[in-house]
Amino acid sequence: MNSEVKVETKVIQTTKSKVRKKIKNGSPFSGWRENLAGYAFIGPMFIGTSILVLFPILSSFVLSFTDWNFVSGYQNAKFVGFENFSKLLTNPLFQKGLLNNVILILAVPITLLLSLSLAVIINKYVYLKDLFKVIYFMPFISSIVAVAVVFQVLFHPTKGPINQLLLKLGVENPPGWIADVTFALPSVILIMVWTGIGFNLIIYLAGLQNIPKELYEAAQIDGATAWLQFTKITIPLVSPTTFLLFVTGVISSFKVFDLIIVLTNGGPANSTITPVVYLYQQAFIELKTGYASAISLVMFVIILIITYIQFIGQKKWVNY
Amino acid sequence: MTAKLDIRKLIVTFIMILIGIAFLMPFLWMISASFKVEKDVLTFPIQWIPQNWNAVENYKEVWTGSMPFLLLYWNSIKVTVLTTLVSCTISCLAAYGFAKINFKGRNFLFLIVLATFMIPPQTLLVTQFLLYRWVGLYDTHTGLILLNSFSVFGTFMLRQFYLGISNEIIESARMDGAGHFRIFTSIALPLVRPAIATYAILRFIWTWNDFQNPLIFLRSKELYTIQLGVQSFSDQHGSVYSLMMAASVSAIVPLLIIFIIGQKNVIEGIQLGGVKG
Repeated sequence: MNSEVKVETKVIQTTKSKVRKKIKNGSPFSGWRENLAGYAFIGPMFIGTSILVLFPILSSFVLSFTDWNFVSGYQNAKFVGFENFSKLLTNPLFQKGLLNNVILILAVPITLLLSLSLAVIINKYVYLKDLFKVIYFMPFISSIVAVAVVFQVLFHPTKGPINQLLLKLGVENPPGWIADVTFALPSVILIMVWTGIGFNLIIYLAGLQNIPKELYEAAQIDGATAWLQFTKITIPLVSPTTFLLFVTGVISSFKVFDLIIVLTNGGPANSTITPVVYLYQQAFIELKTGYASAISLVMFVIILIITYIQFIGQKKWVNY
Repeated sequence: MTAKLDIRKLIVTFIMILIGIAFLMPFLWMISASFKVEKDVLTFPIQWIPQNWNAVENYKEVWTGSMPFLLLYWNSIKVTVLTTLVSCTISCLAAYGFAKINFKGRNFLFLIVLATFMIPPQTLLVTQFLLYRWVGLYDTHTGLILLNSFSVFGTFMLRQFYLGISNEIIESARMDGAGHFRIFTSIALPLVRPAIATYAILRFIWTWNDFQNPLIFLRSKELYTIQLGVQSFSDQHGSVYSLMMAASVSAIVPLLIIFIIGQKNVIEGIQLGGVKG
């Protein structure tokens, strides 16, 4: 055993010295053979990404300046300059969609608060930790389409179980949920919170492991209550996690599509329309290809701005 | 002192289990409703255990009726398994290349690939759609598989694992005359096998649940995947709630079982990546 180890170390040492010799002449392994191998390994990924992501982005940039319906053939594309953009930015439906999306972001802090509280409880105060992780994670991995179908029935204004329960509890006029213009968007938020808790909880649990136990022990010796420990130690020290989750939450709120399409299809009376749903309607139902490309670009810029804010915010708002 | 703490912990656990059951109420309701005769679905108070069972008839209609789930399942399994295989292969190769091969322009190309990660997929739909119609991939399973096969997330995650393999092992294998492909298959791949398993499970779940791409890139009913099937099933049977619930159960439960079996891998994978699908 011992001799084996010795032999191995010897081999490694000789290899090392060989490598060092080569480093003097440049990198140990480089040159055209290394380049070729590199391109061969990343080739499939890079070509696929170029065709399915980079090329579409560049061509939607060109298309957004045209008035065109893809059914009519390329020769009928008409250059219209910035008309699509000026039409889009003054379009009341798009503006409503943006406003709705800002309201949808409310789901993010609600989810964060619930997830952090649950994470702290699960981390410290219960048995069967793994069971709880599985329970709260279930909605997150479930098909959103099926979840939306189930909630359609649960939310039924007169016959649904939720409103029957509310009536039983003495609520005189229970909300019409997804059939009601005022309550449709909050219903969407409710489902977003329900499906999002699992993911946030799991990430928070990982974040909580990074807080040194000595801090809590010291606080306990000083007589700090559990609440004080939570507000003075836990919250500040998981702030990097909170920030990460907040940003991914905001960005993914701009991608909410399946849920709205199946649950309300943007209605009633456009009360749940979002830019992504509007994009889908314009592109694949109204078949306004040029106009839809302009929507894509504006969405792209919005996400870009959010990512940029994240980039600066990271330095400013995160307590390490 | 410790005994007292344990009792408190037990009580909290008990309360948390009650909250957990309440949290899963929509699923429990869905399963229970899928077994009922239609007229009992919306009775109140809720019959959690059906009085009149209609399970066989409901599921038979869903699995062999006008929107046969048997076919949808076959389509979904085909698309999901192939996507997972192709995507794992491509990401594994690229991750090794970016982590362990010292080629010209590596950092720049990696940056480009990473940058595409933040682009919201919906903004690509219009031009991807045009491209697919142009090259004839529209309304094919091949096209659908390709759409989810080039994963930046997978490449990034696996690269992190390859970076953890010491360079000395690889360099000494190079000294012995092994090429990169040989090193990749016989040294690197076995070492990152757990990471590949995690990514494969995640990719499987995400592809299985994908609704947006099938909606846009498939038109023929016989090519529909489960998610598309559930939607058009609920359009057809919009007022027969017991059937809709049986369809939802059919879409959700098999995946839940896979998740419960692989839960450690899934949860660790999500924690590592910190990214949503």
